[in-house]
Amino acid sequence: MNKRILVISVLAFSCIPLWGQQANPPDANAQNAALEQRIRDLEDRVISLEGKIRTMQSAQAAPPAQPQPAPEAPAAPNQAPAAAQTAPPTTAPPMPSPNETQSGLANPNSGAVPVYGGSSAAAKALNPDVSVIGDFIGAAGGNTPPAFATLQPFPSLEMHESEIGMQAIIDPYARGDFFVSFGEQGVNLEEGYITFTALPAGFVAKVGKMRSAFGKVNMMHNHVLPWVDRPLVTTNLVGGEDGIDDAGFSLERIIPAPKGIFLEATGQVFRGDSDELFQHVQRSDVSTVEHLRAYRDITESTNLDLGVSYARGHNDGTINIPGDFITQLYGVDATVRWKPLRRSIYHSFVGRSELIWSQRQQFPTEQRAFGFYTSADYQFARRWFAGGRFDWSDRSRFANLTDKGAAATLTYWPSEFSQIRGEYRFTHYAENRDSNELLMQLIFSLGAHGAHPF
Amino acid sequence: MQEFFHSLKAVAIALLLLSFVGIAQAKKLNVITSTTDMAALAQEVGGDRINVESLAKGYQDPHFVEPKPSFLLKLRQADLLISVGLQLEIGWLPPLITQSGNGRVQVGANGYLDASQFAEILDIPTGVVTRAMGDVHPLGNPHYWLDPDNGRRLARGIAQKLGELDPPDNSYFQERFQDFDKRLTVAEQKWDAEMTPYHGRKLVTYHNSFPNFAKHFHLNVVGYVEPRPGIPPTPSHTIELIGLMKRENCKLVLVEPYFDLKTPNSIGAGTGAKVVVYLPSVGGEKQVTNYFELFDYDIGLITKAFQATQ
Repeated sequence: MNKRILVISVLAFSCIPLWGQQANPPDANAQNAALEQRIRDLEDRVISLEGKIRTMQSAQAAPPAQPQPAPEAPAAPNQAPAAAQTAPPTTAPPMPSPNETQSGLANPNSGAVPVYGGSSAAAKALNPDVSVIGDFIGAAGGNTPPAFATLQPFPSLEMHESEIGMQAIIDPYARGDFFVSFGEQGVNLEEGYITFTALPAGFVAKVGKMRSAFGKVNMMHNHVLPWVDRPLVTTNLVGGEDGIDDAGFSLERIIPAPKGIFLEATGQVFRGDSDELFQHVQRSDVSTVEHLRAYRDITESTNLDLGVSYARGHNDGTINIPGDFITQLYGVDATVRWKPLRRSIYHSFVGRSELIWSQRQQFPTEQRAFGFYTSADYQFARRWFAGGRFDWSDRSRFANLTDKGAAATLTYWPSEFSQIRGEYRFTHYAENRDSNELLMQLIFSLGAHGAHPF
Repeated sequence: MQEFFHSLKAVAIALLLLSFVGIAQAKKLNVITSTTDMAALAQEVGGDRINVESLAKGYQDPHFVEPKPSFLLKLRQADLLISVGLQLEIGWLPPLITQSGNGRVQVGANGYLDASQFAEILDIPTGVVTRAMGDVHPLGNPHYWLDPDNGRRLARGIAQKLGELDPPDNSYFQERFQDFDKRLTVAEQKWDAEMTPYHGRKLVTYHNSFPNFAKHFHLNVVGYVEPRPGIPPTPSHTIELIGLMKRENCKLVLVEPYFDLKTPNSIGAGTGAKVVVYLPSVGGEKQVTNYFELFDYDIGLITKAFQATQ
């Protein structure tokens, strides 16, 4: 308010001389035009200053402008260098330099000692974006898994997960993302990593604990799954809900490809601990994951996403018996998406399948297992989604035992920040035991949760 | 023989230099924008010295764009990324920037431009902001380009940024801006004259994407089809809105091209109001290819609708 009063006062005082001159009728029109122009210029300056203040306020949380090599300056042979450097005179008010306005407040040359985490209100601007996502699940119906089944039924009512996300830009070269999931009885660092966004040659690197890039579902947090549970093949062959989620580093790069194809290669090295899938004994027992992704827009509304994955690590066979026992996973994933741009908030379709082969060394014989799921999810109204999934999977330790299942889901979104889902799940265990369950899920989001990669 | 090789070497060096000159001459700034409106303004001031492309289409809801990998192919080549800002693209642009592997366009880098810093921003919330207010933008309404004065300010800021990234062409960009400014001033006079008879007229919009346009052309937005920003219409709110429109004698409902017409049509039937699909962005229809045509199109629709509902 004070700012507006100040601006109005400045305008009023600046206009007094012009008003005084309006007594001369022949010049009235010119003077009015000049006055209007001056008001416009002052208005522009106020708006420019407001923008600068907004940018400076947000820049307190952002890093200063990143030092960049100057872009290759296009030659302008038809212009004299001196002329090219000089902007033509203009009546417009001077604008703040975009570079200036995007810089942080701190001046590295000011000599002042930077203060971190000070008690002033402005220090809050430096805090990361914080979000909490609640995942409540209820289950009804019977599900008594056989002794060696990997699928664990949900209890009748459970606050399945509370995921706290903290995300921020760290410095001009990197950003940080932390996702801590609280269960009812424990805490797990689901992901916590730094992403180096400004590496040379187009590389993007991550270091920390992260969900690996094996296939599609392994990378997804619970709250972005289109189902209450995860597919059987994930549970039987890829370590269950946590999947391949380990500490290590990742390097990815887009590979040039013809005809508008997006090709991306990812290589990851982890300590070698991922639930019951990989377990390390020695430091050298690292696990690795490689993923190659090919994506192409078929039309502006339809796209195809294909991937091949490979993972290798030591398994828990090593703990009881001397020697190296390796598990290798091979995966193929395919996703087709349809989302008409003009009605993108009302209708969409995602069809997806993942095929996974597991090769697990164990005593007395190696187990070669295979599994897959196929799913389809259709959004039929702005708030409504329906879907189905078919599961088929051997068990990694007993490849001759095959579980099968099917699920149907109906999801309702009261808003972007909450969703209610019902799922009917049928499971046929290899031991010839069936289960029929009704799962209910409520997901709700608080705060600023960053968008997940496509 | 030795002389021949010297000559050959000289020719090769000359050819090499010439090829570099050719490359340098052909080199243009690659500008990627989040929306078509920023692309249109960048094209106005960048002319043939830039390649500009928008990620979102003009007929697409800019809040809900899918961050497709094909966008990464464009972003990784970009010298400049222009965003609307004010969290309009918060749901899709940040992961693209992170994944692009392009250090030039990271937030805070010299090749990242948040255009909102140049514009007059309306609807900045005061007091406590909560999600009970819907998908509200805490920094202000991001649909600011629908005011020609903001268009001028944005073009000036973009021209300055282009000149900063490409100093030899700075004067070219400034001249282009001066030309744009003149043409916009003339067009503004025409638009103002067309809208003057309808000053103070009341209307309803589906989403709160019209405040800058309404302010500039002195229109009065009395309500929204959405009960809160981003929240789909509810029966109770629709009934309330119909009552409000009847009381206020409001006879126009403007709908963005990406929203369903079912509820607006029922509101129109209940109030006798005209339902018009207007374009919030360049490229919303094939014939609307630049910033001027956007206003020509929308003002044509609105004046016609006001005439029909006198």
